[in-house]
Amino acid sequence: MSIKNLFKIAMNALLRNKFRAFLTMLGIIIGVASVIAMLGIGQGSKQSIQSQIAGMGLNLVTVVPGSQQRGGVQFGAATMQSLKETDVNIILSECPAVLAATPEVRGNGQVVFGALNWPTSLYGENESYLQIRERSVVNGRMFTDREISGAAKVCLMGQTVIKNLFGEGADPVGQVIRFKKIPFLVIGVLDTKGLNTFGQDQDDLLIAPYTTVQKRVQAITWVNSIYTSAVDAGSTDLASQQITEALRRHHKIKASDQDDFTIRNQAELLSTFSSVSNILTVLLGAIAGISLLVGGIGIMNIMYVSVTERTREIGLRMAIGGKGRDILMQFLAESMLLSITGGIIGIIVGIAASKIIGTTMSWPVVVLPGSEVLSFAVCTIIGIFFGWYPAKKAASLDPIDALRYE
Amino acid sequence: MKKLIEIISLKKDYYVGEVTVHALRGVEMVVTEGEFVAIMGASGSGKSTMLNIIGCLDKPTSGDYILDGINISGLSRNELASYRNRKLGFVFQTYNLLPRTTALDNVELPLMYNASVKSKERRERAIAALESVGLADRMHHKPNQLSGGQQQRVAIARSLVNDPVVILADEATGNLDTRTSYEIMALFQELNSKGKTVVFVTHEPDIAKCATRNVIFKDGLILRESAVQDRTNAREMLASIPIEAD
Ligand SMILES: Nc1ncnc2c1ncn2[C@@H]1O[C@H](COP(=O)(O)OP(=O)(O)O)[C@@H](O)[C@H]1O
Ligand SMILES: [Mg+2]
Repeated sequence: MSIKNLFKIAMNALLRNKFRAFLTMLGIIIGVASVIAMLGIGQGSKQSIQSQIAGMGLNLVTVVPGSQQRGGVQFGAATMQSLKETDVNIILSECPAVLAATPEVRGNGQVVFGALNWPTSLYGENESYLQIRERSVVNGRMFTDREISGAAKVCLMGQTVIKNLFGEGADPVGQVIRFKKIPFLVIGVLDTKGLNTFGQDQDDLLIAPYTTVQKRVQAITWVNSIYTSAVDAGSTDLASQQITEALRRHHKIKASDQDDFTIRNQAELLSTFSSVSNILTVLLGAIAGISLLVGGIGIMNIMYVSVTERTREIGLRMAIGGKGRDILMQFLAESMLLSITGGIIGIIVGIAASKIIGTTMSWPVVVLPGSEVLSFAVCTIIGIFFGWYPAKKAASLDPIDALRYE
Repeated sequence: MKKLIEIISLKKDYYVGEVTVHALRGVEMVVTEGEFVAIMGASGSGKSTMLNIIGCLDKPTSGDYILDGINISGLSRNELASYRNRKLGFVFQTYNLLPRTTALDNVELPLMYNASVKSKERRERAIAALESVGLADRMHHKPNQLSGGQQQRVAIARSLVNDPVVILADEATGNLDTRTSYEIMALFQELNSKGKTVVFVTHEPDIAKCATRNVIFKDGLILRESAVQDRTNAREMLASIPIEAD
């Protein structure tokens, strides 16, 4: 029997039970659509994280205290104090691949203006901060070297803090606010950056000279981290290497001992988060894949019903010369028609759903190129795999028994 | 005359649990080309079993069956299917037409399993077969739009379409009234007169008298064989049966 006739027979058989065929297909439709949408969501989150990380500056190389141990940071009071202000000068003078560096000292607390207060973070930085973190001052000015060496009580303010203390669009420059009871003169306003990938508000902050935060606010002798900028994006690995060598030498770390600091560059961060979102994508895809599997089982079920219903027809086809292979192909054509039609509808629904999720949830959803082709192939395989046993059962019937079947 | 069917000490056993049913116990039978044989006998005497073996639907437990010069006993399942497709035509008691499928498509079906017949030829042969059973005007009717007699005629057209060496019918008139039965028999007689060999199972002696020879089965053996004396002409018989009001 020709392929064309096989599919004609299969089509007629399915049209005879339109609603049943539709319900069976629905399993595949939902399965395929969710695979496409889930992979799209996973891929979308990956791309957005990548662009966010790139947005933080691809030149960024970060030094934090404490040694890295198999993917985790070892915490402990002593190790968390291993970075000093002098390390910044060491890095700047001994690492040619580093263009700029700033220490960072952090403090959390209430910022008060008049009767209003707001919980925020105060970051102590040096004058290279804007360049390294790719930010700018939209109003007022950055603090000067003299203000840093003098530990001046001046600060720059992020948009969120302004909104909550002064009101949207107000100009705080020249006002005095209090952070942990210490008065600060607002000298500038930072640009708007919005939320980062992890949902952190990048505008909810104050920036002050690190000396001020270190001595007047936190009263500590160490710094929380050092941010550096490599000469270009391709030099971050070289910069990391030079910083490691310089700091190990000055920290007098023996060759056999571990570093008392950890260096992260954006490339590493990118690969870490990429692998996290790859896992997420696989997980989502696997869950959706299970629904596709259930859809396949639905096809198998309905194919068994179809074989049983048409036992006499099978007997007749065999009696007039249909071979086992002809019968097998006939039922495989039917299950493949079900799964492939379901698959095509599923692909369309999946792409539409991705677009809708993407626009309504403002969550980036990317339809993976090739995921349609993959889904189509998977559906064909499902059709053959789940149609095989019912078709095999039909093909191995005895013609006389089948003809006599009541 | 050429021996078309030769059956030599043929036995068929069925095993049902612990019990062995001897459905056929050493049948010897010959059908020559152009014969019209009616197989008779009580229910359970082995008629259908015999016909199924003749029709290559079933294999004997022992003994030989030679059809058109070839010993069937040694053939595989697929070879038997090809044989049925090329050499045999079946007519069943329950017609076994595909539902919701036109008469024409039903008649084309055997040729679908013959790759050497292309679709144009297939259609032409199916139309010719339907014309030969007098259903030229019913080609596009579906089984549920046809009477029992018409459905059986479609089935006969289907059995003819591959130009078989023998037509096999198992109680083909069993579901039909007397008049329609004779219509079907008239059709078989017409085919037979054109040279087609027919082997026919029936338990109705009147119907059996339309054949040229009767073979009577009893308990899996041939009890008696006889040439039919004063053979019934089904067409003449029809003229004497009044047409009942529908
Ligand atoms: N598939 C089968 N399994 C077991 N016994 C069978 C089977 N087919 C037929 N028989 C037995 O074989 C004998 C002959 O059956 P059958 O040829 O159908 O008789 P007939 O057609 O003459 O009425 C009967 O006793 C019947 O019960
Ligand atoms: Mg019988």
